[in-house]
Amino acid sequence: MRDCIRFLHRGEIVEVNDFKPTDTVLDYLRLNRGLKGTKEGCAEGDCGACTVALGRVEGERVTYRPINSCILFLGQVDGAELVTVDDLAQDGTLHPVQQALVDFHGSQCGFCTPGFVMSLFTLYHAPDKTADRRIVTDWLAGNLCRCTGYRPIIDAALNSCFDAADDVFSRREAHTRKVLQSLADGRDALIGAESFFAAPATVEGLASLYEKHPDATIVAGATDVGLWVTKQLRELKKIIWLGRVEGLDRIEETTGGLLLGAGATYSVAEPYFSRVDPDLGELFRRIGSRQVRASGTVGGNIANGSPIGDTPPALIALGATLELRKGEAARTVALEDFFIDYGKQDRAQGEFVTGLYVPKLDPNQIFRTYKISKRFDQDISAVMGAFRFTVVEALITDARIAYGGMAATPKRAAGAEGALIGARMDDPSSWAAALKAILEDFTPLSDMRASAEYRREAARALLAKALMEAAGTDDAMTRVTGHRKLESVDAA
Amino acid sequence: MRHEHPAPHEYSVVNKPTVHDSAVKHVSGTATYIDDIREPAGLLHVVPGWCRDAIRGRIISMDLEAVRNASGVVAVLTASDVPGKNDCSPSLGDDPVFAEGEIQFYGQVVFAVVAKTRDEARRAALLAKIEVEHVTPILTVGDAIDADITVLPDYQFRKGSPETGMAQAGRKLSGSMRIGGQEHFYLEGQVAMALPGEDGDMHVYSSTQHPTEVQHTVAKVLGQPDAAVTIEVRRMGGGFGGKESQANQWAALAAIAARATGAPCKCRLDRDDDMIMTGKRHDFRADWAVGFDDGGQIRAIDMQYFARCGYSADLSLGVVDRTMFHSDNSYYYPDAIINTRRLKTDTVSNTAFRGFGGPQGTLAAERVIEAIAISLGKDPLEIRKANFYREGRNITPYGMTVDEYETLHTIVTQLEASSQYWERREEVRTFNAGSHVLKKGLALTPVKFGIAFTLKHLNQAGALVHVYTDGSIHLNHGGTEMGQGLYQKVAQVVAEEFGVSLDRVRITATHTGKVPNTGPTAASSGSDLNGMAAKRAAEAIKARMVAFAAQEFDIEPELIEFRDNQVILGNEAMDFGALARQAHLNRIQLSEAGFYATPKITWERETASGRPFLYFAYGAACSEVTIDTMTGEMRVDRVDILHDVGHSLNPALDIGQIEGGFVQGMGWLTTEELVWDEKGRLRTHAPSTYKIPTASDVPAAFNVSLFESKGNPEDTIYRSKAVGEPPIMLANSVFSAIVDAVASLKPGVVPPLDAPATPEAILKAVTAMKRMESAAE
Repeated sequence: MRDCIRFLHRGEIVEVNDFKPTDTVLDYLRLNRGLKGTKEGCAEGDCGACTVALGRVEGERVTYRPINSCILFLGQVDGAELVTVDDLAQDGTLHPVQQALVDFHGSQCGFCTPGFVMSLFTLYHAPDKTADRRIVTDWLAGNLCRCTGYRPIIDAALNSCFDAADDVFSRREAHTRKVLQSLADGRDALIGAESFFAAPATVEGLASLYEKHPDATIVAGATDVGLWVTKQLRELKKIIWLGRVEGLDRIEETTGGLLLGAGATYSVAEPYFSRVDPDLGELFRRIGSRQVRASGTVGGNIANGSPIGDTPPALIALGATLELRKGEAARTVALEDFFIDYGKQDRAQGEFVTGLYVPKLDPNQIFRTYKISKRFDQDISAVMGAFRFTVVEALITDARIAYGGMAATPKRAAGAEGALIGARMDDPSSWAAALKAILEDFTPLSDMRASAEYRREAARALLAKALMEAAGTDDAMTRVTGHRKLESVDAA
Repeated sequence: MRHEHPAPHEYSVVNKPTVHDSAVKHVSGTATYIDDIREPAGLLHVVPGWCRDAIRGRIISMDLEAVRNASGVVAVLTASDVPGKNDCSPSLGDDPVFAEGEIQFYGQVVFAVVAKTRDEARRAALLAKIEVEHVTPILTVGDAIDADITVLPDYQFRKGSPETGMAQAGRKLSGSMRIGGQEHFYLEGQVAMALPGEDGDMHVYSSTQHPTEVQHTVAKVLGQPDAAVTIEVRRMGGGFGGKESQANQWAALAAIAARATGAPCKCRLDRDDDMIMTGKRHDFRADWAVGFDDGGQIRAIDMQYFARCGYSADLSLGVVDRTMFHSDNSYYYPDAIINTRRLKTDTVSNTAFRGFGGPQGTLAAERVIEAIAISLGKDPLEIRKANFYREGRNITPYGMTVDEYETLHTIVTQLEASSQYWERREEVRTFNAGSHVLKKGLALTPVKFGIAFTLKHLNQAGALVHVYTDGSIHLNHGGTEMGQGLYQKVAQVVAEEFGVSLDRVRITATHTGKVPNTGPTAASSGSDLNGMAAKRAAEAIKARMVAFAAQEFDIEPELIEFRDNQVILGNEAMDFGALARQAHLNRIQLSEAGFYATPKITWERETASGRPFLYFAYGAACSEVTIDTMTGEMRVDRVDILHDVGHSLNPALDIGQIEGGFVQGMGWLTTEELVWDEKGRLRTHAPSTYKIPTASDVPAAFNVSLFESKGNPEDTIYRSKAVGEPPIMLANSVFSAIVDAVASLKPGVVPPLDAPATPEAILKAVTAMKRMESAAE
């Protein structure tokens, strides 16, 4: 058992054993280390001013991912290289992304700039990418700037991030990899006693620890739990972090489906889902931001039980099943049955989500999913709809339709599903019953994202749109965003 | 009107696209904001406390015992702990630092916790028990109209004989629209750090656009003379008007806490508290009626603007006046009534926001133009042009003559061509004819924005310039740096005057001890005022150096020239620093306080007469959008902008203001929606729920150009024009393009689209159009 966390920072291995389980990386940097380059803009992972890069060994190389340090618990940097804006300039020479931001007039007030620098740093180091403006805007979706209007920042990115990386980090990559590998010691880590931050190394270790401490809070990316701390000021005495659990971040692709560990982040899962259907790739791309997707997990999105999580409706429409474990006992549940009511899931005390199975589409199945939000990128959906139609010679033989934002849980549209059986793709008049039924399927609420009336109307519109597209209407004529023919902007 | 001024290329530093003075520090993380200043030993942290379930009502009891006993707490402050006056208002005395007796809006500060750490202060602040006798609050424009309650008297412009004009007009239309407010969302939240000194002195670092007002506020709450208080600010992480009056309270809290504890105190707001507790752009209802002829030319207009001001006056007098001054945008109204009501609601007090009421004024004007165009079946651009100010039709509703209308005409003509407006109009028509779900819209809208504070006494500025004996130059002025590049522009002016390179000019933090009695950095006036004041200071020092050199080296003053870090003395040359040193040895004063007061301003509000503005800034934008008529989603496809900055002081910084202002305006009119619940609680108080534009909202086709100007006809700093606010209104083109797209659904019907045009607002307008269609059939 290890009683400290260890990470690489400025070429040195840093060991920390004296911290509260909910101390954030941002506060650690600013308050403990006096490193003031990284800024707090919102303390909830939405503005990106606090972005830092975490380097971890993925496959054969060190991959740098952007992270919102304001909602990242300090313990979560265990085993990683931590890079901040303070670390990029070398001997008075700016890093290429810094220099480009200067040259293109990419800063005005400058407060968001350190975060942009770090996001661009991770783009600079991302492999296999083409200089496409859409990649840049996606990469920067989690960095808000109120001054520039983004154009000069995008230009700076296009002009600095797409050549082969050549900086001090790329030059010492082999060494960094060796150091990071040496930090992966396979031992459980537990820092603290009555109040602790635990980072178990195995599923068994996790299961026994959680059984012993069912009052602990399990975090994967902490992209939601972080806000319990920074905004609700909740005292979480015991944190169990999934990030080091061996095998929990696995993704296995079989001919029939995807097997996803609960610890797999959105970023890692995105390309797999993208291959199942382009709409799923776009759905993943629009979840949070690069920073959120690099931390957040599909498992967390489900276990959290939010009625407006973006993955559950799509996964329910696909017929996904969830795997849970408590101590030694494991079980499987259909995803839609996991969500019982608002804030209530089918999860016993001490039980945790280990993984997810997502069936791929059969050749005779057509899938569509849409998200409606006030802003396209990095917003929470007002309404989210997912549709899987099984079609045999133009006859709809099965329909799975699920919505988010329409009820206290992600929920299937039973009435519309039933009304579609027997309808014909080549006869829009046969859709009428379903389009009527969908209005009766839900009793949504009004909130700051949309009114109940809008939600109901939009839910109907999405079903109509899915049917139109499934029947062959080119989505260039039905969508203002997320066209299926465009190449995915996925880049690592 | 013709005017020719020296071509910009004759300058060596001014007009060059130099980078922001802090650019390298910004990207390195070494630019110091107030929360980054190394904390003095014993610093305490102040967190405001408020009542989370009260909107409005009498405070029955307040139990702060648990707060006092919480870990780390050093002091708990309430109204009775204010040594001076419990007020942080900009003028009228109606903004208490701490609520006293009653709570007036959701989020009003009731007490403050002073603790050893910010975390402890935040936790303690949650422990208060406050009992309130709740009163049914007045929340909306409609509520306040019904209650007939205002923060300030109604105010009106009346031109000609609007009743007669309206009666004589061949055609008439009327309507009403709602225009939403806007949260500033400066990335650096409100923050101040107060350091107590001897004899009651207080030095406050404050993230403020108005150091002088913070100084007055701190002095007022401490019961000290202004001279005991010094305010300093090197830079803000964004302001946008949100740190004009709204910075006062946090500086006051830090100073009161510092006085109470004797320790340095810092008050930095949490983002959610910041968004709940500070004012925003005013939201409006605009009711309009217009009389016009068959050609679409306006004969008479009646504009009624209802502004939701919140619980106090704050800056609503000037803000809503500016709405009136821009109710014409670029259009001539022969006869007009422009009436405004400043409605009082039990909500946070609305405040300055880039454009200062002007954007709301212009947006309603565009609605009138569009209604006329739609009713006549003409292109809105034709109607816009038909109503432009021109020869013989150039008196505004407030009596000022628009002289420079040719600039407006030229800009629009050039943009019409460069954006290929008419070709694209055909393409949009063709697309819409063949597209059932998606509809495109196109709009080209103008901007004319009056430059000067409409409160006359604010049109003054000071600067302090020292030349040291090594030739290095210390520059200080009353303007503040919030990202706009003011410091850089003024440094360019001073470098130009002395003929030295920029690195010789040391930029220093704004400081009320160096330059006193300043106005806010607002109204787009920063470089106009401070550039001119600094130029005068530099000119005075330079004149003394020239006189000295002429005598010392026995040379005609006309033959002395300052350039390339040198002083050219006929055929000889010497280093600028060498001359400074010699001048000093000969007891020549090398320091000067420069002062500037904007000329020609004669506006008298009481009589609504005189000239409020020195000049107008012009621009135009053409935007194309696509809407989804099933869901209301919208995408901006292309934007072309041509904007007038006179002779630019710095084209790169000016382009930055134009692009940034446009995108901020686009956010105001599209994704940024402030939502209050039925109880009066703001529900959109964080970036998770309040959505400013992000990178992908800006179209790839975003073509921004500076108008090739002959220079400002008025004698401004290097014949430049102000650029801070006007670009916000370029975004009206996006809103108008959405209106255009919705209008394509039913010829002859004016889309009832309100701002912001969220998917829900667009779908609502689409649905209303479809109903009208079915009603007609």
